[in-house]
Amino acid sequence: MEKMIVAKTGNEAMAEAMRQINPDVVAAYPITPATEVVQLFSKFVADGRVDTEFVPVESEHSALSACVGAAAAGGRVMTSTASQGLALMHEVLFIAAGLRLPIVICEVNRSLSGPINIHCDHSDTMAARDSGWIQLYSEDSQEAYNNTIQAMKIAEKVFLPAMVTADAFIISHSLERLELIPDEEVQSFLGKHQKPYDLLDLDNPITLGGLDLQDYFFEHKRQEIEAMKDAKEAIIEVGKEFGKIFGTEYGFFEKYRMDDADIAIITLGSSAGTTKVVVDALRKQGKKAGLLKIRVFRPFANKELKKEIENLKAVAVLDRADGMSSFGGPVFHEVRSCMYESEKKPLTKNYIYGLGGRDIFPEDIETVYNDLYKDVEKGKIENLINYLGVRE
Amino acid sequence: MASLKQLSAEKDLFASGHRACAGCGASVILRQVSLTAGKDTVFVGATGCMEVVSTIFPYTAWKIPFLHNAFENSAATASGVEATYRALKKRGEITKKVNIIAFGGDGGTYDIGFQSLSGAMERRHNMLYICYNNEAYMNTGIQRSSATPFGAHTTTSPAGTVIPGKQQFPKDLTEAIAAHDIPFVAQAAPHNWADLTRKVTKALSIDGPTFINILSPCPLGWAYPPNLTMKISKLAAETCFWPLYEVENGVHKINFKPKEKKPITEWMKLQGRFRHLLKEENAHIIELAQQEIDRKWNRLLRMVEAKI
Repeated sequence: MEKMIVAKTGNEAMAEAMRQINPDVVAAYPITPATEVVQLFSKFVADGRVDTEFVPVESEHSALSACVGAAAAGGRVMTSTASQGLALMHEVLFIAAGLRLPIVICEVNRSLSGPINIHCDHSDTMAARDSGWIQLYSEDSQEAYNNTIQAMKIAEKVFLPAMVTADAFIISHSLERLELIPDEEVQSFLGKHQKPYDLLDLDNPITLGGLDLQDYFFEHKRQEIEAMKDAKEAIIEVGKEFGKIFGTEYGFFEKYRMDDADIAIITLGSSAGTTKVVVDALRKQGKKAGLLKIRVFRPFANKELKKEIENLKAVAVLDRADGMSSFGGPVFHEVRSCMYESEKKPLTKNYIYGLGGRDIFPEDIETVYNDLYKDVEKGKIENLINYLGVRE
Repeated sequence: MASLKQLSAEKDLFASGHRACAGCGASVILRQVSLTAGKDTVFVGATGCMEVVSTIFPYTAWKIPFLHNAFENSAATASGVEATYRALKKRGEITKKVNIIAFGGDGGTYDIGFQSLSGAMERRHNMLYICYNNEAYMNTGIQRSSATPFGAHTTTSPAGTVIPGKQQFPKDLTEAIAAHDIPFVAQAAPHNWADLTRKVTKALSIDGPTFINILSPCPLGWAYPPNLTMKISKLAAETCFWPLYEVENGVHKINFKPKEKKPITEWMKLQGRFRHLLKEENAHIIELAQQEIDRKWNRLLRMVEAKI
């Protein structure tokens, strides 16, 4: 297959994926730094390059509400947003998941107000982590593009909505080399749209979103939880198929020089790229440093993660959001929790970094690895929760 | 338009056995609207009394497709349903004409759903939006809304010893939606089924957004015996508190002009929510309420006269 090599920003890459998916309906509202996705897509509609009915709504709440209506009516449906927009959708996120609608959001990670800020952190999608949406984090434009195409297929396999994330500006606005899959290949990879039900089937009328009280609600939620478990299998299956056809296989993680590593950083998003540079430098010094990049945060691959890190001496979890619990960030909580039953546990500590788009430099990451080595030497964690690159 | 005889012979699409209160105006409205719209119709309902009483899982009163999303977004949700309908129609996957009707109470329409409704109307989706206006948040226990009449007692505008009920006049939502310059906007009330069903038929025949604001007497919230629902609905029209009128392509038309306009007290005295206003010391409030009704009615008459 002939892939086209182009230069695209993360936003352009996600918009291209949306164009190739050619959804029945896109309902969206502009928000920095995801505006471009909606803008580009509008142009595709205006130029007749997609068949999509574009609904330029008056808010993100209405964007996702319209998506719910559109998906319930049997359409393949997508939208895009960031930060405050995702926060405004929050109520409807749970409804979309509860109604088991395979909607895909291209989400640009921007910090939540306040104070208001337009740059990158993960506070927006982390605040949505328990909403029943599959979450795929992207390291760069290519991954944002590849994840978007896979997300649609995964969502339709398990009837759960999915969000693909890309770091604000660092990915959304950076021009990178991108390998584009031919349009028809994307379509054949996705196959026919799978819908959970069809509101427009007038001969078989259904009632959706009815009041569900103590006697049934729990069973319905239990099914949703089971679907999230099934999503693990679907993600692996789709990631393998994607690899077979398009060359890059995807799973829950990307393991970077982890085979013989004795210490590692766990992170997600664009900071994984910076970390790789540091890992390479440390390796040249003979240090066995590794990186475990989490691609799939929901569902959380706890058993698989445990296996990847249990033999390490020390692990630093990088979080681009704080849990506001005074006990670290959301990724740290998951990682630490899944090691609880393990007989072998690496020393595990947390670094909160990059809030509101604060740059993270290779030197910062090098500090983290050096800290880990010191902890290993002492045999204990010096500081459990750390804040990286902040004036204190 | 179907006759009453024809309508009564039709099989109900909003079935009996739902859990609405005795004398509920809104359930009568939904029955009239669904019968008029027919089976090729999708309903999208906001959170509120009608969603709660009609859909308790695993039961449903709906014999036609029904979708509930949340409180403030039935118009936005219906926008999405309509968008998919258009997409499927374009591809030839659906050939039938499907009516899309969104509805909400006054809370879900006048207040929390106002933005979503305004957006859907402005975007010119092909849908009919029905507001069943029972003039307060009845589902949560009778709290004031922007549709609650001046002076009315609700649980958040109580008739106290210092403040005698709601201090503001209701928002004129019908005119606010008419200001969106959509093809058809109307006010109706359930006692006049012929007028109501004609308006629904008319609205559904139009390609574009349409809106009908229907007064929905509520025995519990308005505090009257359930057998008076239709009488109270009728008096609302006869006192010109709730004029039955329509705005087609920007031109106002009155559908019912009482021979003799009854004083507002005729309507108020049947309802417990106005009981405190009938005391002598509150006569000035009644006077203000009457003045406002007169002002709005005269304005409507002038608009009809001016053919605007």
